[in-house]
Amino acid sequence: MAIFLDENSKIIVQGMTGAEGMKHTTRMLKGGSNIVGGVNPRKAGETVNVEGKDLPVFGTVAEAMAATGANVSVIFVPPAFAKSALIEAIDAEIPLAVAITEGIPVHDSAEAWQYNLNHGSKTRLIGPNCPGIISPGKSNAGITPWDIAGFGPIGLVSKSGTLTYQMMFELRDIGISTAIGIGGDPVIGTTHIDALAAFEADPETKAIVLIGEIGGDSEEKAAAYIKANVTKPVVAYVAGFTAPEGKTMGHAGAIVSGSAGTAQAKKEAFEAAGVKVGKTPSETAKLMREVYAAL
Amino acid sequence: MDLFEYQARDLFEAYGVPVLQGLIADTPEEAEAAAAKIGGVVVVKAQVQVGGRGKAGGVKVAKTVAEARAHAENILGLDIKGHVVKRVMIAQGASIASEFYFSILLDRSNRTFLALCSVEGGMEIEQLAVERPEALAKVAVDAIEGIDLNKALAIAKAGGFNDELAAKVAPVFVSLWNVFKKEDATLVEVNPLVLDESGNILALDGKVTYDDNAEFRHTDREHVSIAKVDPLEAKAKALDLNYVKLDGSVGVIGNGAGLVMSTLDVVAYAGEKHGGVKPANFLDIGGGASAEVMANGLDVILGDEQVKSVFVNVFGGITACDAVANGIVGALNTLGDSASKPLVVRLDGNNVVEGRRILAEYNHPLVTVVETMDEAADKAAELANR
Repeated sequence: MAIFLDENSKIIVQGMTGAEGMKHTTRMLKGGSNIVGGVNPRKAGETVNVEGKDLPVFGTVAEAMAATGANVSVIFVPPAFAKSALIEAIDAEIPLAVAITEGIPVHDSAEAWQYNLNHGSKTRLIGPNCPGIISPGKSNAGITPWDIAGFGPIGLVSKSGTLTYQMMFELRDIGISTAIGIGGDPVIGTTHIDALAAFEADPETKAIVLIGEIGGDSEEKAAAYIKANVTKPVVAYVAGFTAPEGKTMGHAGAIVSGSAGTAQAKKEAFEAAGVKVGKTPSETAKLMREVYAAL
Repeated sequence: MDLFEYQARDLFEAYGVPVLQGLIADTPEEAEAAAAKIGGVVVVKAQVQVGGRGKAGGVKVAKTVAEARAHAENILGLDIKGHVVKRVMIAQGASIASEFYFSILLDRSNRTFLALCSVEGGMEIEQLAVERPEALAKVAVDAIEGIDLNKALAIAKAGGFNDELAAKVAPVFVSLWNVFKKEDATLVEVNPLVLDESGNILALDGKVTYDDNAEFRHTDREHVSIAKVDPLEAKAKALDLNYVKLDGSVGVIGNGAGLVMSTLDVVAYAGEKHGGVKPANFLDIGGGASAEVMANGLDVILGDEQVKSVFVNVFGGITACDAVANGIVGALNTLGDSASKPLVVRLDGNNVVEGRRILAEYNHPLVTVVETMDEAADKAAELANR
């Protein structure tokens, strides 16, 4: 089981032949991911040997899917080309597209999201600006180091990449079912709530750690969702209590979010929903340990 | 990046949004010349990126050229909530019949854009949103379709404009969408949008925020800013580092925005036991930092006179801990005998054994390697409190 990604995932890499794509394709293969090919229109027809495996390069995502049966794409293409890469993945109706790329203009992310909606949301988008998703022992689609933690009963969802790694590390003795980094950009595909819903439905996940940070209202929405829909125990951590106020987005921003987006507001929202909130990553792990021991 | 009012005015003009004349002045003499050039009644407006400048005396009407000069003398150098006025805009005076509100912004919660519109302007928009939320229309804008004339009319109607006024403001909304879209903005706000006594629609004040991620599409932009920039922040920016100066004494450097934010929190908590010391900065060296980036980061932090100790907190994902260790060694070698501040280093993750080995072998008296994030924060706070 696990969520969104498992041992049956066949992964292609958009931008595989670039420096970042090559580096992480190598690492994903070392970690046991089933990488079946890459996409680069300028190198279509070539074969690249990575870690002793010959990987075909295709011109488009659709061709790669037809030839390999791929059901996951990991996107490493640079920001300027990321929107077309996403749209290509959506057009091909690949079930899961994970955008690692950092620095994509928000107009491009918003257009890609709208495009996916217009096409019936056949593709689950994760990211952009995220570490991707890992189901330890099964598959890894992204840049999370594969050996931080093994398989176990804890589901983890986080905005931040390195905090994902930190929390997996803290909980490595218990183990992780799936860790998903949803990304820190203003417009992202999969949200905290999407991950919570999937973890709730996943029989292998017994408890959930949610990591948030300042800005937006994703955590407040997640808190309300947990209260109404999640029966499994959830422990939360929010980063940024002492962070300076972000750039002021004019007057209008605060009105739209309906919340100041502060760490304190998010913590209070979680606590009001009966979710324990750790002050630090280690305290959060400790809370999860207690919750897990009581299961 | 946030634009100043005068920059927003110029941008609006370039996109056909109706604006009045406006000229910038950095001295009273320039203000006088600008007022003479525009002629008639002018408004002298402080160019600061903070609200409430009117109440702070930063906006004054001048009926004569001499008055404009006198106002500029008073406003230039004025401290408005910590922002010292370095520039004023001399704006042509308007005879206002009605004031309205319009903005387009990113709605991250719904992953789309949003137009905010109200026929009721002239008051603080936050106040309107709280007191009379029904008077402020919030209309979702499709990121692909944008705002065409029909959509603009619908937004105006939702905002309470009658047919006649809606027909007048709608083309302006379309032009403002063009600004938003073509300039890769995350905010375009006009407050107030006015109807003058001759029946013209005018954008009297504007705010525009650009998406920094889209800079590569706008390489022609001039990066002239008169905003107050901290010298350390400027240095960090030149080195392409994500750095924010804070008030405390524990320098913080780490990889990944979330982990660094978390580190600031952990240092602040640890500081409660050590004389209330606080973090001195936010510095994210990024996911794939090299030895050079690490060394640059340390260079910036050690240049901060307020810093008494430094906490290097790295969880190696893409970043390898040996690269981080080599960066620390390189920075300390460059500094030589001038290095005086203690460094507390916590490394975990990718190549951690090699990273710790490098630092153990280097055996520098200023470097302490600590196992966990909590212990390291405690040690760094203790050292800053000595």
